[in-house]
Amino acid sequence: MAGALNPSYFVVLSAALFTIGIYGALSKKNAIAVLISIELMLGAVNINLVAFNKYFTPEAFSGQIFAIFVITVAAVEVGLGLALIIALCRRRNTTALDDLDWLKW
Amino acid sequence: MNIDFSLLITEISLAILGLTVFTLGLILPAKSSQKGLGTFSLCGLLVILALTIASWGNQGETLGGMYLADYFTSFFKILSLTALILVILGSKNYVNSQIENHLEYYSTLIFATLGMIIMFSAGDFITLYLGLELMTISFIVLTSFRRTNGKSLEAGMKYLLLAGLSSAVLLYGLSLVYGAAGTVFIKEIAGNIAQGYFNPLLIVGLAMLIAGFGFKISAAPFHMWAPDVYEGAPTPVTAFLAVGSKAASFAVLIRVFLGAFLEMQEQWTMLIAFLAALSMLIGNLTAFAQTNIKRMLAFSSIAQAGYILVGLVAANEAGIKGVMFYSFIYVFATIGAFTVVSEVYNKTGSDDIADYAGLSQRAPLAAVVLLISMLSMAGIPPLAGFTGKYYLFITVVQDYLWLVYLGLILSMVSVYYYLRVVLVMFRDEPADPAPLKLGSTASLTLWLTLAATLFLGIYPWPLAKLANTVAIAFLAGL
Repeated sequence: MAGALNPSYFVVLSAALFTIGIYGALSKKNAIAVLISIELMLGAVNINLVAFNKYFTPEAFSGQIFAIFVITVAAVEVGLGLALIIALCRRRNTTALDDLDWLKW
Repeated sequence: MNIDFSLLITEISLAILGLTVFTLGLILPAKSSQKGLGTFSLCGLLVILALTIASWGNQGETLGGMYLADYFTSFFKILSLTALILVILGSKNYVNSQIENHLEYYSTLIFATLGMIIMFSAGDFITLYLGLELMTISFIVLTSFRRTNGKSLEAGMKYLLLAGLSSAVLLYGLSLVYGAAGTVFIKEIAGNIAQGYFNPLLIVGLAMLIAGFGFKISAAPFHMWAPDVYEGAPTPVTAFLAVGSKAASFAVLIRVFLGAFLEMQEQWTMLIAFLAALSMLIGNLTAFAQTNIKRMLAFSSIAQAGYILVGLVAANEAGIKGVMFYSFIYVFATIGAFTVVSEVYNKTGSDDIADYAGLSQRAPLAAVVLLISMLSMAGIPPLAGFTGKYYLFITVVQDYLWLVYLGLILSMVSVYYYLRVVLVMFRDEPADPAPLKLGSTASLTLWLTLAATLFLGIYPWPLAKLANTVAIAFLAGL
């Protein structure tokens, strides 16, 4: 099967996506942008899980089930994150992470 | 599929209790009647603790191997429930004066405990991840609970972003391990590795798992969140975060690394030893400069994570025993210290060490408990912390002697910053000499933690023997 898709393509894609996500999460100055970057990292995880499921354990569905749970929990995390951002915006009038400097020594 | 519900009795009753507290809080008419919710949860938790102790011998796996019950999980279940009971008992005054929504506070605490229990009882990665997130998300909510307080919100925001980042790294590691080993079940992974199933992806996955769990136990260099979150969170939540979340994460570390990756021991023990050394160094040395007691205790808890990791470096039954013993005594020392902090904050509105001046005259019991807890954390004999450190460090004397020396030196160094607080409490004259009246339940908690710290220091054998049996059974069951 020359030229057909093989698992290494998926691993490279997900590694690239994960790296972009981690770069964004560490370099962005805005809370919402960081949340989006974390979502990108979770997307990379899901690609991995589903691809590994298809190529290595096609008879079991643990990878796909795992991916569904990851998506669900990611939604919960974003919901909580946005709620916190709104509360923070009301109280401190900012979403920039550089302004979160009340707690330090 | 056959589901053995008798193995799930703690989890089911905790879930029911959490939901009942939540519903009761919504049904009860007046705000004032919500104050009874704490007592109600406390009674429920005592019953659940009794049930858990009674089902000590219940062993097996259920839900097709996704969920395990053995002595090891029973031990940590008892630990988390004890910690939760002490936290709720000690925080009654604080909650009544500082926190508006009691029903959400108590039910979220209960769900956080449920998450911990699910996490370390998991037999596969999916259940483990769900338990971990249930715990983490509950703690994020609890951290930002005083939502009119800017500091609390900031702490919650920081915790959310960093916890999200760390669980993404952890998940990526889990997905790589799944790909390399071809299964999500911890036991089957160990079997596949033992058959010589080896893959570079597995090593990358392993490193990411260490990073992800290192964040949860606040080991350096993944500790950056801990001081900010500990300072900003409501004090009882800080206590539970320091104790429960950390102990549960150590349990799951043991479960995953000894359960699945014991064959690859030489690949990860060096890394864990490095984390342990770095945590001890950074935790102890940064604690010197702190003026806020919660921040100081946060750095001290980073150092404690370093000490406990030493037991994992050994990766044998003595090491597991050390981790279990130390986690248990750490519950009493930490909750004792944080209960004093929350009572003082409740009366003076300050967490600064300078405001502890003359505490020995204003509230002798609080001052004594803080003294004993801190000396126990520093590892002064005959307190429990000394015995715990002995059990931990004795395990690596042969292979990692430098780690033992480092631990001993840094423990001595840590006495300095603990005693600085003690000096302020006992030597300095109070600015306001009026006696500081402790709440009755808080006093009870202080007496309990004091008694436990002293008792386990002088007479540690029953707990040590128990931990030993559990560790042997754990390794035999792999």
